[in-house]
Amino acid sequence: MIDFKLPSLGADMDEGVLLEWKVKPGDTVKKGQVVCVVDTAKAAIDVESWQEGTVAELLAQPGDKMPVGTVMMRLLAPGEAATPKVGAGGIEHVPPGAASPRKVGAGGIEHVPPGAASPRKVSAGGTAPLAAERRRISPAAKKRAAELGVDIDQLVGSGPQGAVTLEDVEKAAAQQPATGAQPAADRTREMRQAIAAAMSHSKREIPHYYVSEDIPLARMLAWLEETNAQRPMIDRLLPAAALLKAVARALADYPELNGHYRDGAYQPAKAVHLGVAIALREGGLIAPAILDAQAKPLTKLMQELADLVRRARAGSMRSSELSAATVTVTNLGDQGSHGVFGVITPPQVALVGFGRIAERPWAENGGLKVLPVVTASLSADHRVSDGHRGALFLRSLADWLQQPEELAR
Amino acid sequence: MNPSELRGIVIATLQGIAPEVEAARLRDDLPLRRQVDLDSMDWLNFLLGLNKALGVEIPEKDYARLTTLAALLDYLQHKLSERSAS
Repeated sequence: MIDFKLPSLGADMDEGVLLEWKVKPGDTVKKGQVVCVVDTAKAAIDVESWQEGTVAELLAQPGDKMPVGTVMMRLLAPGEAATPKVGAGGIEHVPPGAASPRKVGAGGIEHVPPGAASPRKVSAGGTAPLAAERRRISPAAKKRAAELGVDIDQLVGSGPQGAVTLEDVEKAAAQQPATGAQPAADRTREMRQAIAAAMSHSKREIPHYYVSEDIPLARMLAWLEETNAQRPMIDRLLPAAALLKAVARALADYPELNGHYRDGAYQPAKAVHLGVAIALREGGLIAPAILDAQAKPLTKLMQELADLVRRARAGSMRSSELSAATVTVTNLGDQGSHGVFGVITPPQVALVGFGRIAERPWAENGGLKVLPVVTASLSADHRVSDGHRGALFLRSLADWLQQPEELAR
Repeated sequence: MNPSELRGIVIATLQGIAPEVEAARLRDDLPLRRQVDLDSMDWLNFLLGLNKALGVEIPEKDYARLTTLAALLDYLQHKLSERSAS
C-alpha cells in the first residue's frame, strides 16, 4: 500500500485545502497524473502523483484543510491485491458524496466547517473531529461560495437530497449585502502571510551575500529584433526569455549555485529548474519553475514562460512546478528599477536578479558610447559558495548574453 | 469600424490581460503601460489579443510609437483603413 501525501508546494505554502478529487477508488493512477486540486494562499494547484497504482481509498474530502505531508489517499502498488475488508484495520470504502461520518486516517487532516473563521489545530497523528452532517455541495459550488463569501451552512439546497448547487450559491450571493471584496482581501492577506513566513525564514537561516554586474545587451537586442522581424507575432521572443536562458546555461559551470540546502547539507542539482518570480495582478508573487531550462531552445523557453505567466495569473499550476525550482530568477522588467537584490527562496541557495534594460553610458577601449545595459545581481548562500565564485558566475552570464545565436540553441 | 467600436475592442482586450482596469478611469493622454502596469509579457499578450481581434499585424519596430491609448487607437485606425483601402 502506498500513502499518497500532500506534496510540498514551495517554500511559502505549507498547507492547502482540498478542492476536488480528480480520481476515485478503483481508478488507475499514472506517474505525473493530476489526482486532485488543492487551494493554497496563492493559487489553486493541480497536484500530481509521482507514484503509480490503483486508488484504494480517498482519505481527504473536499473542504479539508491539511498541512504538507498529510496522507490524502492510499494507492495499491501495481500488482498488489486489495486488502480484504476485515473490520478494524480494513479499508473503509466511502462512496463519493456519502453523508455519513467517516473515519479519518492518522494523517492530521483537519476538517474545517465551511465558512469557519479560525482554522483549528490538529495534533500530529490525531484524529480530527468531523462535522456530523457534511453539507452536500459540489466542489464547484463550494469554491464559488468561498469566492463570493457565501456561508453554505445558511443555504437551503435545491439539488438532489438537499444538495447545495452552484445556482443556490450565486442566488444567495446576489441577495447578500455587498461583501464581495472580503474573500479577495482574505487571499491577499493570506498570501502576504505566506510570503512573510518564507522570507523571514530565509533571512533568519541563510547568510546572504550579494554581487552585481552591468551587462551590455546591444548585440542580444539587435539579434532579437532581427529574429522577431522574421517571425509572426505569436512567435516573438522577449528579452526576458534570453536572460533566463543565459542564467540556465551559465549555471552549468557553477553547481554551488543550483541546488538545495537541507538539514545542514548541500545537494547540487543536475538539471536547472528555473524558478521564475511572477508578480500577480492582485499583489504578491509566485515562483513556478521552468523545468530543465538549460536544455530547452530559446523559442521553447519563451513559449513555456508565456504559458507559465498566463497560468500563474489564472491560478492554475501544477504541484511539480511549484516545488521543483533549483534556483530563482527575478526580473523587474522594463517598468522596474535599475537593479534588484532579492531574497533567496529556501531551500534554494541562489537568486539571480535583473533590473530594467535601459540605455546607459558605456566605457570601452578608452571610448564612451551609449548602449542598452542590464544590471544583473546574484544573491547567494554563503554556507555553500563565496563572493569570488558568485562574481565569476555573473561574468559567465555576461559572456553568454553576448552570444545570442549560441543561446538560441 | 468607427472609433468607439475600436475603443471598445481595445479596452476589452486590455481587460482580458488586466481585469482590474476601469474604462472610465483610463487617461488617453498618459503612457498606457504605466497606468495599467503592463510588463513586457502582458504587453505582448495585449498586442497578440489585438492582432486576433482585429487581424492587424503590429511589427516590433512600431512599439515605440504606441505609448498612450490615443496613439494606439490612431495607429490601429490607420492600419484598419489601410487594409480596407487595399
